[in-house]
Amino acid sequence: MASLKVNFAGVEFQNPITTASGTFGSGMEYGEFVDLSKLGAVTTKGVADHPWPGNPTPRVAEVKGGMLNAIGLQNPGIETFIERDLPFLHEKHAKIIVNVCGHSEEEYLNVVRRLATEDVDLLEINISCPNVKEGGISFGTNPKGVEEITKAIKKEAVQPVVMKLSPNVTSITEIAKAAEAGGADGVSLINTITGMKIDIERQSFVLANKTGGMSGPAVHPVAVRMVYEVANAISLPIIGMGGVETAEDAIEMLLAGATMVSVGTANFYNPYATMEVVDGLENYLNRKNISDVNDIIGLVK
Amino acid sequence: MSKEFEMAKVVSQKELQPGIFSMWLSCHAAKSAVPGQFLNVYTKNKEKRLPRPISICEINGEKGELRLVYRVTKEGSGTEEFSKYETGEEVRILGPLGNGFPVEDFKDKKVILMGGGIGIPPMLGIADCVGKNATAVLGYRDKNTFLTEDFEQAGTTLCLASDDGSIGVHGNVIDAIKENKVEGDVIFACGPTPMLRGIKAYAKENGITCYISLEERMACGIGACLGCVCQSKDKDHHSKVHNKRVCKDGPVFLAEEVEL
Ligand SMILES: Cc1cc2nc3c(=O)[nH]c(=O)nc-3n(C[C@H](O)[C@H](O)[C@H](O)COP(=O)(O)OP(=O)(O)OC[C@H]3O[C@@H](n4cnc5c(N)ncnc54)[C@H](O)[C@@H]3O)c2cc1C
Ligand SMILES: Cc1cc2nc3c(=O)[nH]c(=O)nc-3n(C[C@H](O)[C@H](O)[C@H](O)COP(=O)(O)O)c2cc1C
Ligand code: FES
Repeated sequence: MASLKVNFAGVEFQNPITTASGTFGSGMEYGEFVDLSKLGAVTTKGVADHPWPGNPTPRVAEVKGGMLNAIGLQNPGIETFIERDLPFLHEKHAKIIVNVCGHSEEEYLNVVRRLATEDVDLLEINISCPNVKEGGISFGTNPKGVEEITKAIKKEAVQPVVMKLSPNVTSITEIAKAAEAGGADGVSLINTITGMKIDIERQSFVLANKTGGMSGPAVHPVAVRMVYEVANAISLPIIGMGGVETAEDAIEMLLAGATMVSVGTANFYNPYATMEVVDGLENYLNRKNISDVNDIIGLVK
Repeated sequence: MSKEFEMAKVVSQKELQPGIFSMWLSCHAAKSAVPGQFLNVYTKNKEKRLPRPISICEINGEKGELRLVYRVTKEGSGTEEFSKYETGEEVRILGPLGNGFPVEDFKDKKVILMGGGIGIPPMLGIADCVGKNATAVLGYRDKNTFLTEDFEQAGTTLCLASDDGSIGVHGNVIDAIKENKVEGDVIFACGPTPMLRGIKAYAKENGITCYISLEERMACGIGACLGCVCQSKDKDHHSKVHNKRVCKDGPVFLAEEVEL
């Protein structure tokens, strides 16, 4: 029996598989399909310091190879999250990665400070959402901005800080290096790739927001390439994501250099995807006579 | 784990009018379904990943069968794939999803069912429960109607309207309800948004309780992705904004609860 245990920024996880933020809520809905305690961790939907309504609808669209979303980070705010969602996840014995969003440095810091006394395992800071006008991606696309916000958050954070990077940049390694310079404990990538879909009958945009973030299987090769590049550019651990729907996809991420892997859009069409990935990963290691999942992390050079 | 995907079996499939299909499915979902709930139907074509939400038209709990009536949207679409399924074929579904119409609360009351176009099918499930107590005000494009005999069989009084005037009242369901002076204690409605807007206003003017079924683009169908929200009058309990999830908090809402 292979060991699936990983250590990410000093935190132990029973396996490397988590959920991509925003595709799994806080686990309540998918908890009716899968045993949340069997996941490496649940990564929650982005949470801000106050409730956000998000963008107008339609805000999801099916496209070739995946989907577009322009949810715009609707969330109930940190107080409700702490009162309702955290106790639920604790009761389910899930490890917890909280995804944090904000319109300004102060808003990110408010959430990070509020979480300082809560029992959560990692903070994932979303500086890469393409669907909000202020904050989000505007923090995540220039190295100086990334370094500064990382520093500011690290000053206040009690839990290890993982910066979530955008693929919508010329050089993701520059951004990753900036996060490292700012003192991040890890990085996660990729967030969605900005896309667009046009309805040729109505001759208008399918999404009310015009653009949306592309996710799903079509982005997987892009994500694997970026994880590989970042793994070779910095020495921080990586949560890899983007189009992972099977164990094979997750294993690619691990081989490319990710320590943990998130399953996102795949949950929407296969609520059991996370469990199938965990089981498939274990089978792969057994078949290859590899006793420890850590032996394949970053194996492909 | 309380929810499960299942492979439903096609019992029968029939084209009611060009492009409008009726499919009976044998599935566990039939056991607990109520009118107004919907199923996520998944295509076999792996390139189409997101579910197609389809309202439950009729329920036969004893036989464990559900009826879906749906429109083929275009060539190469998921609904076109569904229309090719033959008896015995398996279909991946998830459901029943969402909240249905509170039919039980109005069992002995006078019920008005209002359906427009492909919003007509879910009204039939209610007619099956309330029968003679209901008047169905149904709006079609033209004289190519569908499901009218089924409503009659349920014992429901019919009142038709068509856009081109070729059958029933020339106009929409609001015109038909006014012209026929249909009265009732509650309206249950499903159809295009402009129609629902009109019905909401009509119900308010006349002091009639009104429930409507909404549509929105969905990704998960179970309340997790927040893709399918509508604007609600009160703060929703999930996100504390004014966004109720059509898939989970709906698709049926009290009309005054939502902004259309
Ligand atoms: C709660 C609910 C109940 C519904 N009940 C019925 C019904 O009983 N009968 C019926 O014919 N139709 C119904 N619809 C509409 C039906 O879901 C769409 O017509 C169908 O998804 C179109 O799929 P497609 O593959 O043919 O079209 P495509 O255009 O290829 O679909 C592409 C994507 O857009 C989505 N989509 C396209 N049109 C709609 C729409 N109108 N609403 C929501 N998503 C859409 C599809 O699900 C898919 O993800 C319902 C929709 C909702 C939300
Ligand atoms: C509907 C939806 C909502 C998302 N919401 C968030 C979010 O709140 N915060 C965040 O950092 N990423 C969010 N993402 C991005 C995902 O976490 C992930 O980075 C991306 O979808 C790529 O992975 P996938 O292809 O497996 O989905 C969202 C993605 C989707 C599809
Ligand atoms: S479709 Fe995902 S929340 Fe409704």
